[in-house]
Amino acid sequence: MNAVAQYNFAYLDEQTKRMIRRAILKAIAIPGYQVPFSSREMPMPYGWGTGGVQVTASIIGPQDVLKVIDQGADDTTNAVSIRAFFAKVAQVETTTHTAEATIIQTRHRIPEKALGQGQILVYQVPIPEPLRFLEPRETETRKMHALEEYGLMHVKLYEDIARHGRIATTYAYPVKVEGRYVMDPSPTPKFDNPKMHMSEALQLFGAGREHRIYAVPPHTEVVSLDFEDHPFEIQHFEEPCALCGASQVYLDEVILDDRGGHMYVCSDTDNCEERRAAGHVGALGADPMEAAE
Amino acid sequence: MTEPLLRVENLTKYYGSRLGCADVNFELWPGEVLAIVGESGSGKTTLLNSLSATLEPSSGRTLYRMRDEQWRNIYELSEAERRFLVRTDWGFVHQNPADGLRMTVSAGANVGERLMAVGDRHYGHIRETALDWLGRVEIAADRIDDQPRSFSGGMRQRLQIARNLVTGPRLVFMDEPTGGLDVSVQARLLDLLRGLVGELGLAAIVVTHDLAVARLLSHRMMVMKDGRVIEAGLTDRVLDDPREPYTQLLVSSILQV
Ligand SMILES: Nc1ncnc2c1ncn2[C@@H]1O[C@H](COP(=O)(O)OP(=O)(O)OP(=O)(O)O)[C@@H](O)[C@H]1O
Ligand SMILES: [Mg+2]
Repeated sequence: MNAVAQYNFAYLDEQTKRMIRRAILKAIAIPGYQVPFSSREMPMPYGWGTGGVQVTASIIGPQDVLKVIDQGADDTTNAVSIRAFFAKVAQVETTTHTAEATIIQTRHRIPEKALGQGQILVYQVPIPEPLRFLEPRETETRKMHALEEYGLMHVKLYEDIARHGRIATTYAYPVKVEGRYVMDPSPTPKFDNPKMHMSEALQLFGAGREHRIYAVPPHTEVVSLDFEDHPFEIQHFEEPCALCGASQVYLDEVILDDRGGHMYVCSDTDNCEERRAAGHVGALGADPMEAAE
Repeated sequence: MTEPLLRVENLTKYYGSRLGCADVNFELWPGEVLAIVGESGSGKTTLLNSLSATLEPSSGRTLYRMRDEQWRNIYELSEAERRFLVRTDWGFVHQNPADGLRMTVSAGANVGERLMAVGDRHYGHIRETALDWLGRVEIAADRIDDQPRSFSGGMRQRLQIARNLVTGPRLVFMDEPTGGLDVSVQARLLDLLRGLVGELGLAAIVVTHDLAVARLLSHRMMVMKDGRVIEAGLTDRVLDDPREPYTQLLVSSILQV
């Protein structure tokens, strides 16, 4: 074997992977429930998705194809590093194409292309506890989950409406899973919340610093919390993607100059590239590099 | 109103070997206000916290007539049942409002929290109810979106009262509700409390070391000394005609002030 033989497959030792897999199985059995696990030091700092990396390391096999996204893009430093890490320590094939991947590790986005049976989405989670904002005591939040006391979650939404006239929470928008546990979907935009509902893919959430794993199994009900007179809504964008013309997708605003020039482009870069390859064209022309200039 | 609301039997609480309170027996009727008085360390707070199931007593029972008319020993309720009771049919007004309020959310949300906890999911209704309650405790409507951090002590205490009463509880526990306030603010709060208690037909158990508070608010009172109830009766009778030498001392020392 070559130099990578000094690593255990996928970096973590077998004992640790078994322990994490047990936590994952428990999480799958109790959708939305935060399962404690003993998080390991990883060769990257917290905030780099050590929770997600440990989950991925525990479920990945030699036949898997891995995609890693950060803010929807495959080419940020974080995404590139994690992909390179697994290419090295697990020698797996990697891809940027959503449809080809068996495991997708993500920070901040759910791919636009609907995920299918057999795919696993691994979320990197900074703060797993949705009630933390109003109740810092862990003993109390655990009790609230156990007794299904979720009034406090609506207090937060109430405050939003009182202050902004509408529910202003746009990221980490709380959901109720299978009618039981309230869950933080990690800092994804609320635009992606409906994609979690009844997804065919398995969704796993890893919080490294906070030592928690939780899961949404395939075909699980995921409902965004709201008020009868202020129902949940996803973000809407005024224009379609300037590059590929897509309109039912999540867009990032890109500032073009210091005179207020801007454009909206797909946050999911893979989806955008595929659409353009298929001949879709946005307002700013066929060549994205020129358009951006 | 043919039955009591609360029945306390031989309630005793030890902290290790130290006595908190011992052999307390009484009944509380709907709409009745009971004051618990006594000097510092006499066991008032221990008794109140035991009655409200905040503390687990060493022995004895506290039976409560639930809304479905079933009598339940409150120490045998499941935690879920107990917490539900505490935030619906009971209220607890702390001496320090910060212990009973969420200081970092608005006054409206403080009042609305119990409604949301029991499943109200209509923002407009929650806000309307909060406004109504702020009015009843004399907090101006335009303070609804302010956090209690910006409120005076008296306002905070009134907000705490509104937050507790919004679900229409039948029994409210209060530990020195006017304790930390200026005398003039105290008087106003007492007036307000007396009005609300009468209007809503609330039963209340009020701990105070201030006999004037007992006189103004309560129908009956219990005098505690060294963890035991040494005298109990109608408030006017106990204050005007105390039988126990200790109560006589307590009453006369207050009168001298
Ligand atoms: N947590 C505790 N641990 C041990 N002893 C306690 C505890 N709380 C109270 N005690 C003791 O129990 C007795 C009754 O105290 P309690 O606080 O009930 O009195 P109180 O009448 O409320 O007094 P105060 O007017 O000062 O509030 C005292 O001897 C006190 O020292
Ligand atoms: Mg006390």
